[in-house]
Amino acid sequence: MLVQEELLNGLRRTVEQVLKAPYYQKKLAEVGIHYPSDIKTLDDFRKIPLTEKEDLRQNYPFGLFAEPMDNIIRVHASSGTTGKPTVVGYTREDIKLWAKIVANGFRRLGITSKDVIQVSYGYGLFTGGMGIHYGAEELGAVVIPMSGGNTAKQLMIMRDFGSTVLCCTPSYALYLGESLAEAGISKDDLKLRIGVFGAEPWTEKMRKEIEARLGLTAIDIYGLSETMGPGVSMECLKCVGLHIDEHFYPEVLDPEGNPLPEGEVGELVITTFGKMGFPSLRYRTKDLTSISYGTCSCGHTGWTMQRVSGRVDDMLIIRGVNVFPSQIEEAILSVGGIEPHYLIIVDREGPLDTMEVLVEMSADTFNDEIRELEDLQTRIKQRIENIIGLSTKVRLVEPKSIPRSEGKAKRVEDRRKGKI
Amino acid sequence: MLQLSVFLENTKGRLAEVLNLLAEFNVNIRALSLADTKDYGVLRVIVENPEEVAEKLKDRNCVVKLTPVWVLRVPDRPGGLAEVLNKLVSEGVIVEYMYAFVERENEQAQVVMRVRDTELMQKAVKKYNLE
Repeated sequence: MLVQEELLNGLRRTVEQVLKAPYYQKKLAEVGIHYPSDIKTLDDFRKIPLTEKEDLRQNYPFGLFAEPMDNIIRVHASSGTTGKPTVVGYTREDIKLWAKIVANGFRRLGITSKDVIQVSYGYGLFTGGMGIHYGAEELGAVVIPMSGGNTAKQLMIMRDFGSTVLCCTPSYALYLGESLAEAGISKDDLKLRIGVFGAEPWTEKMRKEIEARLGLTAIDIYGLSETMGPGVSMECLKCVGLHIDEHFYPEVLDPEGNPLPEGEVGELVITTFGKMGFPSLRYRTKDLTSISYGTCSCGHTGWTMQRVSGRVDDMLIIRGVNVFPSQIEEAILSVGGIEPHYLIIVDREGPLDTMEVLVEMSADTFNDEIRELEDLQTRIKQRIENIIGLSTKVRLVEPKSIPRSEGKAKRVEDRRKGKI
Repeated sequence: MLQLSVFLENTKGRLAEVLNLLAEFNVNIRALSLADTKDYGVLRVIVENPEEVAEKLKDRNCVVKLTPVWVLRVPDRPGGLAEVLNKLVSEGVIVEYMYAFVERENEQAQVVMRVRDTELMQKAVKKYNLE
Protein backbone atom coordinates (compact mmCIF):
# COMPACT_ATOMS: atom_id res chain seq x y z
CA MET A 1 0.00 0.00 0.00
CA LEU A 2 1.05 3.58 -0.55
CA VAL A 3 3.09 4.68 2.36
CA GLN A 4 0.71 6.63 4.59
CA GLU A 5 2.82 9.76 4.40
CA GLU A 6 3.00 9.61 0.62
CA LEU A 7 -0.80 9.29 0.44
CA LEU A 8 -1.28 12.20 2.84
CA ASN A 9 1.11 14.36 0.80
CA GLY A 10 -0.92 13.63 -2.32
CA LEU A 11 -4.18 14.46 -0.57
CA ARG A 12 -2.66 17.67 0.83
CA ARG A 13 -1.66 18.75 -2.67
CA THR A 14 -5.23 18.21 -3.88
CA VAL A 15 -6.57 20.17 -0.91
CA GLU A 16 -4.10 22.95 -1.69
CA GLN A 17 -5.36 23.07 -5.25
CA VAL A 18 -9.10 23.08 -4.46
CA LEU A 19 -8.54 25.84 -1.87
CA LYS A 20 -7.98 28.18 -4.82
CA ALA A 21 -11.74 28.07 -5.34
CA PRO A 22 -13.55 30.34 -2.81
CA TYR A 23 -16.40 27.85 -2.49
CA TYR A 24 -14.01 25.20 -1.16
CA GLN A 25 -12.26 27.70 1.14
CA LYS A 26 -15.57 28.32 2.86
CA LYS A 27 -16.62 24.68 2.88
CA LEU A 28 -13.35 23.44 4.34
CA ALA A 29 -13.11 26.29 6.87
CA GLU A 30 -16.35 24.96 8.35
CA VAL A 31 -14.55 21.79 9.41
CA GLY A 32 -11.46 23.65 10.56
CA ILE A 33 -9.30 23.14 7.48
CA HIS A 34 -7.69 26.36 6.31
CA TYR A 35 -4.37 25.10 4.98
CA PRO A 36 -3.25 21.80 3.44
CA SER A 37 -1.10 21.29 6.54
CA ASP A 38 -4.29 20.98 8.60
CA ILE A 39 -4.54 17.46 7.14
CA LYS A 40 -2.33 15.63 9.60
CA THR A 41 -3.94 12.22 9.48
CA LEU A 42 -6.31 10.29 7.25
CA ASP A 43 -9.02 11.03 9.85
CA ASP A 44 -8.52 14.75 9.24
CA PHE A 45 -9.03 14.11 5.55
CA ARG A 46 -12.22 12.16 6.25
CA LYS A 47 -13.66 15.21 8.03
CA ILE A 48 -13.82 16.99 4.69
CA PRO A 49 -17.44 17.17 3.51
CA LEU A 50 -18.18 15.13 0.40
CA THR A 51 -18.57 16.91 -2.92
CA GLU A 52 -21.73 16.24 -4.92
CA LYS A 53 -23.32 17.14 -8.22
CA GLU A 54 -25.27 19.76 -6.27
CA ASP A 55 -22.02 21.58 -5.43
CA LEU A 56 -21.27 21.77 -9.15
CA ARG A 57 -24.76 23.00 -9.87
CA GLN A 58 -24.51 25.78 -7.29
CA ASN A 59 -21.29 26.90 -8.91
CA TYR A 60 -22.48 26.56 -12.50
CA PRO A 61 -20.72 26.83 -14.82
CA PHE A 62 -17.08 27.45 -13.84
CA GLY A 63 -17.23 28.28 -10.11
CA LEU A 64 -15.29 25.24 -8.91
CA PHE A 65 -12.43 25.54 -11.37
CA ALA A 66 -9.16 25.81 -9.48
CA GLU A 67 -7.20 27.44 -12.28
CA PRO A 68 -7.83 30.77 -14.02
CA MET A 69 -9.77 30.42 -17.29
CA ASP A 70 -6.60 31.35 -19.16
CA ASN A 71 -5.15 28.00 -18.16
CA ILE A 72 -8.27 26.01 -19.02
CA ILE A 73 -8.15 24.65 -22.55
CA ARG A 74 -11.20 22.41 -22.63
CA VAL A 75 -14.52 21.86 -20.90
CA HIS A 76 -16.76 18.84 -20.78
CA ALA A 77 -20.16 18.45 -19.16
CA SER A 78 -22.56 15.77 -18.07
CA SER A 79 -26.24 15.96 -17.29
CA GLY A 80 -27.18 17.45 -13.96
CA THR A 81 -30.14 16.41 -11.83
CA THR A 82 -32.05 19.34 -13.31
CA GLY A 83 -31.78 21.19 -16.61
CA LYS A 84 -28.28 22.58 -16.06
CA PRO A 85 -25.33 20.31 -16.84
CA THR A 86 -22.37 19.88 -14.51
CA VAL A 87 -19.30 21.39 -16.09
CA VAL A 88 -15.67 20.42 -15.66
CA GLY A 89 -12.52 22.08 -16.98
CA TYR A 90 -9.09 20.78 -17.99
CA THR A 91 -5.71 22.46 -18.26
CA ARG A 92 -3.28 21.40 -20.94
CA GLU A 93 -1.49 19.24 -18.35
CA ASP A 94 -4.82 17.68 -17.31
CA ILE A 95 -5.52 16.62 -20.89
CA LYS A 96 -2.05 15.08 -21.10
CA LEU A 97 -2.53 13.31 -17.79
CA TRP A 98 -5.89 11.96 -18.85
CA ALA A 99 -4.42 10.68 -22.14
CA LYS A 100 -1.61 9.01 -20.19
CA ILE A 101 -4.07 7.33 -17.83
CA VAL A 102 -6.17 5.93 -20.70
CA ALA A 103 -3.05 4.87 -22.59
CA ASN A 104 -1.72 3.03 -19.52
CA GLY A 105 -4.98 1.13 -19.21
CA PHE A 106 -4.80 0.23 -22.90
CA ARG A 107 -1.20 -0.94 -22.51
CA ARG A 108 -2.25 -3.36 -19.77
CA LEU A 109 -4.59 -4.86 -22.37
CA GLY A 110 -1.74 -5.30 -24.80
CA ILE A 111 -2.96 -2.58 -27.10
CA THR A 112 -0.04 -0.98 -28.93
CA SER A 113 0.85 1.57 -31.58
CA LYS A 114 0.16 -1.18 -34.15
CA ASP A 115 -3.54 -1.18 -33.32
CA VAL A 116 -6.35 0.54 -35.19
CA ILE A 117 -8.74 1.95 -32.61
CA GLN A 118 -12.29 2.78 -33.63
CA VAL A 119 -13.79 5.26 -31.17
CA SER A 120 -17.56 4.97 -31.39
CA TYR A 121 -18.35 6.83 -28.20
CA GLY A 122 -20.08 10.14 -28.75
CA TYR A 123 -17.74 13.09 -29.31
CA GLY A 124 -18.81 16.30 -27.67
CA LEU A 125 -19.55 17.50 -24.17
CA PHE A 126 -19.66 13.86 -23.11
CA THR A 127 -16.16 12.77 -22.07
CA GLY A 128 -16.34 9.34 -23.72
CA GLY A 129 -15.27 10.14 -27.27
CA MET A 130 -12.46 12.62 -26.75
CA GLY A 131 -11.19 10.96 -23.58
CA ILE A 132 -10.58 7.66 -25.37
CA HIS A 133 -9.39 9.47 -28.50
CA TYR A 134 -6.53 11.26 -26.74
CA GLY A 135 -5.54 8.12 -24.88
CA ALA A 136 -5.39 6.13 -28.10
CA GLU A 137 -3.31 8.86 -29.78
CA GLU A 138 -0.96 8.95 -26.80
CA LEU A 139 -0.40 5.26 -27.42
CA GLY A 140 0.50 6.02 -31.03
CA ALA A 141 -2.26 3.82 -32.43
CA VAL A 142 -4.28 4.73 -35.51
CA VAL A 143 -7.43 6.42 -34.23
CA ILE A 144 -10.71 6.39 -36.15
CA PRO A 145 -12.88 9.11 -34.62
CA MET A 146 -16.23 7.62 -35.65
CA SER A 147 -18.40 8.97 -32.81
CA GLY A 148 -21.75 7.21 -32.27
CA GLY A 149 -24.49 6.32 -34.72
CA ASN A 150 -24.59 5.55 -38.45
CA THR A 151 -24.29 1.84 -37.83
CA ALA A 152 -23.92 0.67 -41.43
CA LYS A 153 -20.99 3.04 -41.97
CA GLN A 154 -19.44 2.01 -38.66
CA LEU A 155 -19.39 -1.60 -39.81
CA MET A 156 -18.11 -0.81 -43.27
CA ILE A 157 -15.21 1.20 -41.88
CA MET A 158 -14.57 -1.42 -39.22
CA ARG A 159 -14.06 -3.96 -42.00
CA ASP A 160 -12.35 -1.78 -44.60
CA PHE A 161 -9.96 -0.01 -42.21
CA GLY A 162 -9.24 -3.19 -40.28
CA SER A 163 -10.16 -1.88 -36.83
CA THR A 164 -8.60 -4.04 -34.13
CA VAL A 165 -10.02 -2.25 -31.09
CA LEU A 166 -13.58 -1.00 -30.66
CA CYS A 167 -14.54 1.53 -27.98
CA CYS A 168 -18.20 2.33 -27.32
CA THR A 169 -21.04 1.64 -24.90
CA PRO A 170 -21.72 -2.07 -24.38
CA SER A 171 -25.26 -1.74 -25.69
CA TYR A 172 -23.99 -0.15 -28.88
CA ALA A 173 -21.40 -2.90 -29.23
CA LEU A 174 -24.19 -5.44 -29.01
CA TYR A 175 -26.18 -3.50 -31.57
CA LEU A 176 -23.23 -3.39 -33.93
CA GLY A 177 -22.87 -7.13 -33.48
CA GLU A 178 -26.50 -7.74 -34.29
CA SER A 179 -26.33 -5.47 -37.32
CA LEU A 180 -23.48 -7.36 -38.96
CA ALA A 181 -25.69 -9.75 -40.90
CA GLU A 182 -27.85 -6.95 -42.21
CA ALA A 183 -24.74 -5.14 -43.45
CA GLY A 184 -23.63 -8.32 -45.21
CA ILE A 185 -20.49 -8.53 -43.13
CA SER A 186 -19.32 -11.65 -41.36
CA LYS A 187 -17.46 -11.62 -38.05
CA ASP A 188 -14.55 -13.24 -39.91
CA ASP A 189 -14.23 -10.20 -42.20
CA LEU A 190 -13.29 -8.17 -39.12
CA LYS A 191 -9.95 -7.89 -37.37
CA LEU A 192 -11.36 -6.87 -34.00
CA ARG A 193 -9.56 -8.36 -31.02
CA ILE A 194 -10.40 -6.11 -28.07
CA GLY A 195 -13.43 -4.04 -27.15
CA VAL A 196 -13.33 -1.40 -24.41
CA PHE A 197 -16.87 -0.75 -23.29
CA GLY A 198 -18.25 1.56 -20.63
CA ALA A 199 -20.45 4.52 -19.68
CA GLU A 200 -23.30 2.26 -18.66
CA PRO A 201 -23.82 -0.80 -16.48
CA TRP A 202 -23.67 -4.19 -18.13
CA THR A 203 -23.60 -7.84 -17.20
CA GLU A 204 -21.48 -10.94 -17.71
CA LYS A 205 -24.21 -12.29 -19.97
CA MET A 206 -23.90 -9.22 -22.15
CA ARG A 207 -20.13 -9.60 -22.22
CA LYS A 208 -20.44 -13.18 -23.54
CA GLU A 209 -22.96 -12.11 -26.14
CA ILE A 210 -20.81 -9.24 -27.44
CA GLU A 211 -17.70 -11.42 -27.52
CA ALA A 212 -19.52 -14.11 -29.48
CA ARG A 213 -20.99 -11.72 -32.01
CA LEU A 214 -17.95 -9.53 -32.66
CA GLY A 215 -15.19 -12.06 -31.99
CA LEU A 216 -13.25 -9.97 -29.50
CA THR A 217 -12.40 -9.82 -25.80
CA ALA A 218 -14.78 -7.37 -24.11
CA ILE A 219 -13.30 -5.16 -21.39
CA ASP A 220 -15.09 -2.92 -18.88
CA ILE A 221 -13.94 0.68 -18.44
CA TYR A 222 -15.21 3.10 -15.79
CA GLY A 223 -15.10 6.82 -15.30
CA LEU A 224 -17.17 9.92 -14.86
CA SER A 225 -16.60 13.44 -16.06
CA GLU A 226 -16.53 14.88 -12.54
CA THR A 227 -13.40 12.92 -11.73
CA MET A 228 -11.79 12.97 -15.24
CA GLY A 229 -13.78 10.86 -17.67
CA PRO A 230 -13.24 7.31 -18.91
CA GLY A 231 -10.12 5.67 -17.54
CA VAL A 232 -10.60 6.09 -13.80
CA SER A 233 -10.55 2.31 -13.76
CA MET A 234 -10.33 -0.42 -16.37
CA GLU A 235 -10.21 -4.19 -16.40
CA CYS A 236 -7.12 -6.05 -17.54
CA LEU A 237 -7.29 -9.27 -19.55
CA LYS A 238 -7.71 -11.26 -16.32
CA CYS A 239 -11.09 -9.57 -15.84
CA VAL A 240 -10.97 -9.83 -12.05
CA GLY A 241 -12.18 -6.29 -11.46
CA LEU A 242 -11.40 -2.81 -12.69
CA HIS A 243 -7.93 -1.57 -11.75
CA ILE A 244 -8.12 1.98 -10.47
CA ASP A 245 -5.43 4.24 -11.88
CA GLU A 246 -2.93 5.63 -9.37
CA HIS A 247 -4.17 9.19 -9.91
CA PHE A 248 -7.37 8.42 -8.05
CA TYR A 249 -7.84 7.80 -4.35
CA PRO A 250 -10.95 5.70 -3.80
CA GLU A 251 -13.00 5.44 -0.63
CA VAL A 252 -16.06 3.24 -0.18
CA LEU A 253 -18.52 4.63 2.32
CA ASP A 254 -21.67 3.40 4.03
CA PRO A 255 -24.85 5.52 3.85
CA GLU A 256 -23.75 7.46 6.97
CA GLY A 257 -20.45 8.32 5.31
CA ASN A 258 -18.29 5.94 7.36
CA PRO A 259 -15.48 4.14 5.58
CA LEU A 260 -16.18 0.48 4.81
CA PRO A 261 -13.55 -2.24 4.94
CA GLU A 262 -12.16 -3.81 1.77
CA GLY A 263 -14.61 -6.02 -0.07
CA GLU A 264 -17.75 -4.44 1.36
CA VAL A 265 -20.15 -2.75 -1.01
CA GLY A 266 -20.86 0.94 -0.53
CA GLU A 267 -20.70 4.22 -2.36
CA LEU A 268 -17.52 4.97 -4.26
CA VAL A 269 -16.02 8.37 -3.43
CA ILE A 270 -13.07 9.64 -5.45
CA THR A 271 -10.31 12.17 -4.87
CA THR A 272 -7.98 12.99 -7.75
CA PHE A 273 -4.21 13.41 -7.61
CA GLY A 274 -2.51 15.81 -9.95
CA LYS A 275 -5.59 17.12 -11.73
CA MET A 276 -5.41 20.94 -11.70
CA GLY A 277 -8.32 22.53 -13.61
CA PHE A 278 -11.04 20.71 -11.78
CA PRO A 279 -9.61 18.67 -8.91
CA SER A 280 -12.12 16.29 -7.35
CA LEU A 281 -12.19 16.24 -3.59
CA ARG A 282 -14.10 13.34 -2.08
CA TYR A 283 -16.51 13.35 -5.01
CA ARG A 284 -19.60 11.17 -4.55
CA THR A 285 -19.95 8.98 -7.62
CA LYS A 286 -23.27 7.57 -6.29
CA ASP A 287 -22.10 4.27 -7.76
CA LEU A 288 -22.15 1.18 -5.56
CA THR A 289 -19.11 -1.08 -5.58
CA SER A 290 -16.42 -2.56 -3.37
CA ILE A 291 -12.65 -2.08 -3.55
CA SER A 292 -9.60 -4.06 -2.55
CA TYR A 293 -5.87 -3.38 -2.55
CA GLY A 294 -3.37 -5.72 -4.11
CA THR A 295 -1.14 -6.74 -6.98
CA CYS A 296 -2.57 -8.35 -10.09
CA SER A 297 -0.62 -10.71 -12.32
CA CYS A 298 -1.03 -8.12 -15.09
CA GLY A 299 1.41 -5.94 -13.18
CA HIS A 300 -1.01 -3.47 -11.64
CA THR A 301 -0.49 -2.69 -7.97
CA GLY A 302 -3.08 -0.60 -6.21
CA TRP A 303 -6.82 -0.47 -5.79
CA THR A 304 -9.19 -2.60 -7.82
CA MET A 305 -12.93 -2.05 -7.84
CA GLN A 306 -15.65 -4.50 -8.70
CA ARG A 307 -18.11 -3.86 -11.49
CA VAL A 308 -20.64 -1.21 -10.39
CA SER A 309 -23.63 -3.00 -8.93
CA GLY A 310 -26.09 -0.13 -8.65
CA ARG A 311 -26.73 3.47 -7.80
CA VAL A 312 -27.25 5.35 -4.56
CA ASP A 313 -29.62 7.82 -6.22
CA ASP A 314 -32.28 7.38 -8.87
CA MET A 315 -30.08 8.16 -11.84
CA LEU A 316 -30.74 6.00 -14.88
CA ILE A 317 -28.30 5.28 -17.64
CA ILE A 318 -30.17 4.98 -20.91
CA ARG A 319 -28.17 4.33 -24.06
CA GLY A 320 -25.13 5.66 -22.22
CA VAL A 321 -26.83 8.92 -21.28
CA ASN A 322 -27.36 9.85 -17.64
CA VAL A 323 -31.00 10.58 -16.94
CA PHE A 324 -32.51 11.76 -13.68
CA PRO A 325 -36.26 11.44 -13.11
CA SER A 326 -36.19 15.04 -11.88
CA GLN A 327 -35.21 16.15 -15.40
CA ILE A 328 -38.25 14.41 -16.84
CA GLU A 329 -40.40 16.00 -14.18
CA GLU A 330 -39.02 19.42 -15.01
CA ALA A 331 -39.79 18.86 -18.68
CA ILE A 332 -43.35 17.75 -17.98
CA LEU A 333 -44.06 20.63 -15.63
CA SER A 334 -42.66 23.14 -18.09
CA VAL A 335 -45.38 22.22 -20.56
CA GLY A 336 -47.92 23.60 -18.10
CA GLY A 337 -51.21 22.45 -16.69
CA ILE A 338 -50.02 18.90 -16.17
CA GLU A 339 -49.89 17.22 -12.82
CA PRO A 340 -46.50 15.79 -11.99
CA HIS A 341 -47.71 12.23 -12.06
CA TYR A 342 -45.56 10.29 -14.44
CA LEU A 343 -43.83 6.98 -14.82
CA ILE A 344 -40.64 6.38 -16.76
CA ILE A 345 -40.53 2.92 -18.27
CA VAL A 346 -37.08 1.86 -19.39
CA ASP A 347 -36.86 -1.32 -21.37
CA ARG A 348 -34.58 -3.05 -23.80
CA GLU A 349 -35.75 -4.05 -27.24
CA GLY A 350 -33.05 -6.25 -28.60
CA PRO A 351 -29.83 -4.47 -27.74
CA LEU A 352 -31.27 -0.98 -27.53
CA ASP A 353 -32.65 0.79 -24.49
CA THR A 354 -36.05 2.31 -24.94
CA MET A 355 -37.75 4.92 -22.84
CA GLU A 356 -41.43 5.61 -22.52
CA VAL A 357 -42.94 8.23 -20.25
CA LEU A 358 -46.51 7.79 -19.06
CA VAL A 359 -48.15 11.06 -18.13
CA GLU A 360 -51.43 11.26 -16.27
CA MET A 361 -54.13 13.41 -17.82
CA SER A 362 -55.93 15.94 -15.70
CA ALA A 363 -59.19 17.80 -16.15
CA ASP A 364 -57.20 20.92 -17.04
CA THR A 365 -55.21 19.35 -19.84
CA PHE A 366 -57.91 17.14 -21.26
CA ASN A 367 -59.36 18.29 -24.51
CA ASP A 368 -61.83 16.18 -26.40
CA GLU A 369 -60.22 16.89 -29.74
CA ILE A 370 -57.69 14.22 -30.63
CA ARG A 371 -55.60 16.79 -32.48
CA GLU A 372 -55.13 18.79 -29.28
CA LEU A 373 -54.21 15.67 -27.31
CA GLU A 374 -51.66 14.66 -29.90
CA ASP A 375 -50.29 18.16 -29.82
CA LEU A 376 -49.90 17.94 -26.05
CA GLN A 377 -48.18 14.60 -26.40
CA THR A 378 -45.75 16.03 -28.94
CA ARG A 379 -44.96 19.05 -26.78
CA ILE A 380 -44.12 16.88 -23.78
CA LYS A 381 -42.00 14.60 -25.96
CA GLN A 382 -40.04 17.51 -27.42
CA ARG A 383 -39.42 19.08 -24.01
CA ILE A 384 -38.05 15.83 -22.66
CA GLU A 385 -35.89 15.28 -25.71
CA ASN A 386 -34.53 18.83 -25.48
CA ILE A 387 -33.55 18.41 -21.86
CA ILE A 388 -32.04 14.94 -21.88
CA GLY A 389 -31.09 14.57 -25.54
CA LEU A 390 -32.65 11.14 -25.99
CA SER A 391 -35.65 10.19 -28.04
CA THR A 392 -38.59 9.03 -26.01
CA LYS A 393 -42.16 7.89 -26.34
CA VAL A 394 -44.88 9.71 -24.42
CA ARG A 395 -48.19 8.13 -23.57
CA LEU A 396 -51.12 9.92 -21.97
CA VAL A 397 -52.86 7.84 -19.34
CA GLU A 398 -55.81 8.18 -16.99
CA PRO A 399 -55.42 9.79 -13.57
CA LYS A 400 -54.44 7.53 -10.69
CA SER A 401 -53.50 4.80 -13.14
CA ILE A 402 -49.82 5.13 -12.22
CA PRO A 403 -49.20 3.05 -9.10
CA ARG A 404 -48.44 4.99 -5.95
CA SER A 405 -46.64 3.56 -3.00
CA GLU A 406 -46.86 5.12 0.46
CA GLY A 407 -48.51 8.16 -1.04
CA LYS A 408 -45.51 8.81 -3.25
CA ALA A 409 -45.65 7.96 -6.91
CA LYS A 410 -43.21 5.42 -8.24
CA ARG A 411 -41.15 7.23 -10.85
CA VAL A 412 -39.25 4.55 -12.65
CA GLU A 413 -39.88 1.08 -13.87
CA ASP A 414 -36.71 -0.47 -15.19
CA ARG A 415 -37.57 -3.58 -17.14
CA ARG A 416 -34.05 -4.14 -18.43
CA LYS A 417 -33.06 -6.26 -15.46
CA GLY A 418 -32.54 -9.86 -16.42
CA LYS A 419 -32.27 -9.03 -20.11
CA ILE A 420 -28.92 -8.96 -21.78
CA MET B 1 -75.88 21.88 -25.92
CA LEU B 2 -73.12 20.42 -23.77
CA GLN B 3 -71.48 17.21 -24.78
CA LEU B 4 -69.79 15.04 -22.22
CA SER B 5 -66.31 13.77 -23.18
CA VAL B 6 -64.37 11.15 -21.28
CA PHE B 7 -60.66 10.34 -21.69
CA LEU B 8 -60.11 6.63 -22.09
CA GLU B 9 -56.87 4.76 -21.90
CA ASN B 10 -56.60 2.06 -24.52
CA THR B 11 -56.81 -0.79 -22.07
CA LYS B 12 -58.93 -3.87 -22.19
CA GLY B 13 -62.39 -3.31 -20.74
CA ARG B 14 -61.95 0.38 -20.00
CA LEU B 15 -64.78 1.48 -22.29
CA ALA B 16 -67.10 -1.08 -20.72
CA GLU B 17 -66.16 0.17 -17.26
CA VAL B 18 -67.18 3.72 -18.11
CA LEU B 19 -70.39 2.56 -19.76
CA ASN B 20 -71.15 0.52 -16.65
CA LEU B 21 -70.73 3.65 -14.57
CA LEU B 22 -73.23 5.47 -16.78
CA ALA B 23 -75.62 2.56 -16.35
CA GLU B 24 -75.13 2.72 -12.60
CA PHE B 25 -76.01 6.43 -12.64
CA ASN B 26 -79.08 5.51 -14.68
CA VAL B 27 -77.98 7.70 -17.56
CA ASN B 28 -79.39 7.11 -21.01
CA ILE B 29 -77.04 7.78 -23.89
CA ARG B 30 -78.77 9.59 -26.71
CA ALA B 31 -75.79 9.76 -29.00
CA LEU B 32 -72.25 8.48 -28.85
CA SER B 33 -69.01 8.65 -30.74
CA LEU B 34 -65.63 7.18 -30.00
CA ALA B 35 -62.42 8.71 -31.29
CA ASP B 36 -59.35 6.61 -30.94
CA THR B 37 -55.60 6.63 -31.37
CA LYS B 38 -53.07 3.89 -30.71
CA ASP B 39 -52.77 4.68 -27.00
CA TYR B 40 -55.98 6.34 -25.93
CA GLY B 41 -59.45 7.32 -27.00
CA VAL B 42 -62.09 9.92 -26.31
CA LEU B 43 -65.66 8.90 -25.63
CA ARG B 44 -68.15 11.62 -26.53
CA VAL B 45 -71.77 11.30 -25.46
CA ILE B 46 -74.95 13.33 -25.44
CA VAL B 47 -76.92 12.72 -22.26
CA GLU B 48 -79.53 14.42 -20.06
CA ASN B 49 -78.04 16.66 -17.32
CA PRO B 50 -74.45 16.42 -18.55
CA GLU B 51 -73.11 18.65 -15.72
CA GLU B 52 -74.47 16.32 -13.09
CA VAL B 53 -73.17 13.22 -14.83
CA ALA B 54 -69.76 14.88 -15.26
CA GLU B 55 -69.49 15.47 -11.51
CA LYS B 56 -70.38 11.89 -10.76
CA LEU B 57 -67.80 10.59 -13.22
CA LYS B 58 -65.12 12.87 -11.79
CA ASP B 59 -65.78 11.37 -8.38
CA ARG B 60 -64.99 8.01 -9.92
CA ASN B 61 -61.59 9.16 -11.26
CA CYS B 62 -62.61 9.84 -14.82
CA VAL B 63 -61.12 12.74 -16.75
CA VAL B 64 -64.16 14.47 -18.21
CA LYS B 65 -64.86 17.63 -20.07
CA LEU B 66 -68.04 19.42 -21.08
CA THR B 67 -67.80 20.80 -24.57
CA PRO B 68 -70.36 23.06 -26.22
CA VAL B 69 -71.60 21.39 -29.40
CA TRP B 70 -74.35 22.01 -31.90
CA VAL B 71 -77.07 19.46 -32.54
CA LEU B 72 -78.71 20.04 -35.90
CA ARG B 73 -81.64 18.33 -37.46
CA VAL B 74 -80.92 17.16 -41.01
CA PRO B 75 -83.33 15.87 -43.62
CA ASP B 76 -83.21 12.08 -43.52
CA ARG B 77 -82.73 11.52 -47.23
CA PRO B 78 -79.86 11.24 -49.70
CA GLY B 79 -77.92 14.49 -49.80
CA GLY B 80 -79.58 15.81 -46.65
CA LEU B 81 -76.42 16.18 -44.65
CA ALA B 82 -74.45 17.47 -47.63
CA GLU B 83 -76.98 20.26 -48.07
CA VAL B 84 -76.60 21.41 -44.49
CA LEU B 85 -72.83 21.22 -44.65
CA ASN B 86 -72.65 23.18 -47.88
CA LYS B 87 -74.51 26.00 -46.19
CA LEU B 88 -72.15 25.99 -43.23
CA VAL B 89 -69.08 25.90 -45.43
CA SER B 90 -70.30 28.88 -47.41
CA GLU B 91 -70.44 30.83 -44.15
CA GLY B 92 -66.86 29.87 -43.28
CA VAL B 93 -67.71 27.37 -40.56
CA ILE B 94 -64.96 24.83 -39.85
CA VAL B 95 -66.10 21.51 -38.41
CA GLU B 96 -63.72 19.89 -35.91
CA TYR B 97 -65.67 16.67 -35.68
CA MET B 98 -69.21 15.43 -35.95
CA TYR B 99 -71.33 12.34 -35.61
CA ALA B 100 -74.92 11.48 -36.43
CA PHE B 101 -77.79 9.74 -34.68
CA VAL B 102 -81.44 9.08 -35.32
CA GLU B 103 -84.09 10.17 -32.86
CA ARG B 104 -86.36 7.19 -32.38
CA GLU B 105 -89.68 8.94 -31.67
CA ASN B 106 -89.82 10.98 -34.83
CA GLU B 107 -87.32 9.06 -36.99
CA GLN B 108 -85.36 12.27 -37.44
CA ALA B 109 -81.69 12.32 -38.38
CA GLN B 110 -79.57 14.62 -36.26
CA VAL B 111 -75.89 15.51 -36.22
CA VAL B 112 -73.73 16.58 -33.31
CA MET B 113 -71.16 19.08 -34.45
CA ARG B 114 -68.16 20.68 -32.87
CA VAL B 115 -67.10 23.79 -34.76
CA ARG B 116 -64.08 26.00 -34.45
CA ASP B 117 -65.79 29.39 -34.51
CA THR B 118 -69.07 29.58 -32.59
CA GLU B 119 -69.97 33.05 -33.82
CA LEU B 120 -69.80 32.06 -37.49
CA MET B 121 -71.92 29.02 -36.67
CA GLN B 122 -74.50 31.17 -34.91
CA LYS B 123 -74.74 33.43 -37.93
CA ALA B 124 -75.06 30.47 -40.30
CA VAL B 125 -77.73 28.76 -38.22
CA LYS B 126 -79.73 31.96 -38.10
CA LYS B 127 -79.32 32.74 -41.77
CA TYR B 128 -80.45 29.35 -43.00
CA ASN B 129 -82.94 28.82 -40.21
CA LEU B 130 -81.43 25.52 -39.14
CA GLU B 131 -82.70 23.75 -36.05
